[in-house]
Amino acid sequence: MARNILVVGELDEGALSSTTAELVGQASRLADGGQVSVTLLGAGASGAASAAFEAGADRAFTSDDAGYNDYNSDSWVAAVENAFGQAGAEAVFVAQSVVGRDMGPRIAARQGSAAAMDCVNVEDDGGELKATRSAYGGNALATYSFAASPAVATIRAKAFDPIEPRAGASGETVDLGAAGESRTTITGRELAESEGLQIQDATIVVSGGRGLGGPEGFESVEALAAAFGTNRAAVGASRAACDLGWYPVSQQVGLTGKVVTPDLYVAIAISGASQHMAGCSGSKMIIAINRDPDANIFANSKYGIVGDYKAVLPALIEAVKAAG
Amino acid sequence: MHFVVCAKQIPDPETPPSAFKIDAATNEVVPAQGFQPVLSQFDGIAAEAALRIKEAAGDDTKITVLSMGAESAQAAIKQVLAMGADEGVLLQDDAFDNGDSHTTAKVLAAAIKNLGDVDAVFCGRQAADWDMGQVGLLIAEALEWPVAILAKDVQIADATMTTTRVLADGFETVAQPLPAVVTVSNEFGEPRYPKLQQIMQAAKKTVTTQTHGDLGLDPSEVGAAGARLKLEKLFIPVVDGQVELIEGDTPEEQAKNLVAKLEADKVF
Repeated sequence: MARNILVVGELDEGALSSTTAELVGQASRLADGGQVSVTLLGAGASGAASAAFEAGADRAFTSDDAGYNDYNSDSWVAAVENAFGQAGAEAVFVAQSVVGRDMGPRIAARQGSAAAMDCVNVEDDGGELKATRSAYGGNALATYSFAASPAVATIRAKAFDPIEPRAGASGETVDLGAAGESRTTITGRELAESEGLQIQDATIVVSGGRGLGGPEGFESVEALAAAFGTNRAAVGASRAACDLGWYPVSQQVGLTGKVVTPDLYVAIAISGASQHMAGCSGSKMIIAINRDPDANIFANSKYGIVGDYKAVLPALIEAVKAAG
Repeated sequence: MHFVVCAKQIPDPETPPSAFKIDAATNEVVPAQGFQPVLSQFDGIAAEAALRIKEAAGDDTKITVLSMGAESAQAAIKQVLAMGADEGVLLQDDAFDNGDSHTTAKVLAAAIKNLGDVDAVFCGRQAADWDMGQVGLLIAEALEWPVAILAKDVQIADATMTTTRVLADGFETVAQPLPAVVTVSNEFGEPRYPKLQQIMQAAKKTVTTQTHGDLGLDPSEVGAAGARLKLEKLFIPVVDGQVELIEGDTPEEQAKNLVAKLEADKVF
């Protein structure tokens, strides 16, 4: 059955974000002849529309107003409601991001429907949309149906592949106008220094946990990442390690941190609590180094070394360098 | 001022995966032997945020803790009272069972309206069982108040709530007029542990119980009847669990053997 789907898009330095392309792609698979619309807000929005069309969108609701550059709840919600009113969608997809975490429930509330948050899948089950998400800290998966329309889903990054770009595809562009009033005033912003590779973009992620015993343990974790190559490897940390102040929150992997899907995930002195696995279980391969042979991380790993990281890591760093 | 802390009692999230079981017939988690339900940890942090503002102000700010749940949720309320909150309200009614985020927020928002003079509502960033992270936002929508989510710091002064929020790549500070809702994240810091004396004092504090009638809600708009999201299936994901432990007499040998495996798998 044809359904119209509205995707709340996001820009990454003025270009269509990779997650938006994934969401638009999945929307085009599920639209079944219906229209896929996307909202794009902030500097570069109208320019990014063509990328959205190539990614699967039929219509773009855009505004280049710099008032949208930083996510502001009220003005963004008003713009998306405006687009929703024109698009008449049966489903709304938003990334599980700073934007989606805030906007998903609010859009659903205003349309008298419900949001399923942090979905890892949204599929058509006999004409009905079903959303699957993790619950109980990643111990369980829950599949939901929607008793009200539109079905709102916030979707985890990398849950879906984008479609093969439709080269030269075009679509209708509708201007949403300038950002409106908001009850929220953004008074300050402090962005973490982005030193080189972002953890979500790395093909190898080397993460350390509470078992490192202290912040100094991250020196050898960083050395292993460097041995793999700083152009493809980044350092992550468990929530326990971040909460203890051993490593920056921006590098936290897990349900309350970042979701990473590298080719190789190396978990060092991480027990593998479900909430951590929720952030790395999409990795192509996980290897674990842990003193505790019963640590849960081994159940999720392809290879493991049972041993003290202090003994294993120096040897592994040398072996990786030799192979590199 | 009058603050509300929303507190939820949940199965202990420290339950090891091996003890985590689901009843497929009811789509419910089977309580694990030896693990008592606990206050959702993010709600404890929300309570800490409210208490610190009250203490910094040094005034007669009142903190009311609200919990929707079974009789056992009294324990979650008592914990926040022992931390220093003043009064508790248990929202207990069979009609509230098996709802969704929307119906939970509807009940909590009605209770907040009933209190009448609330200036700010403090929620955890998400309940550590369902991990949805919507109830704070939906309370704000129901009350038509502004909301800031994922706070690592929150201050209230001069009828303004100033929140430092966690972004993907840093932090952002926002100012909003009261009344307002805030959801507090783990970056805020640890909640306090009540002293024995505070636990004993908490036992004497007032906890009232309210049902749908007290809140002016119709049973058809709460619980399973009012839910807009229907749980079809709750299940434990299958992991293949076939780990290959790398042998070797020394760490050097283990490291070489592991790298050889990675090379064979074309990771390099």
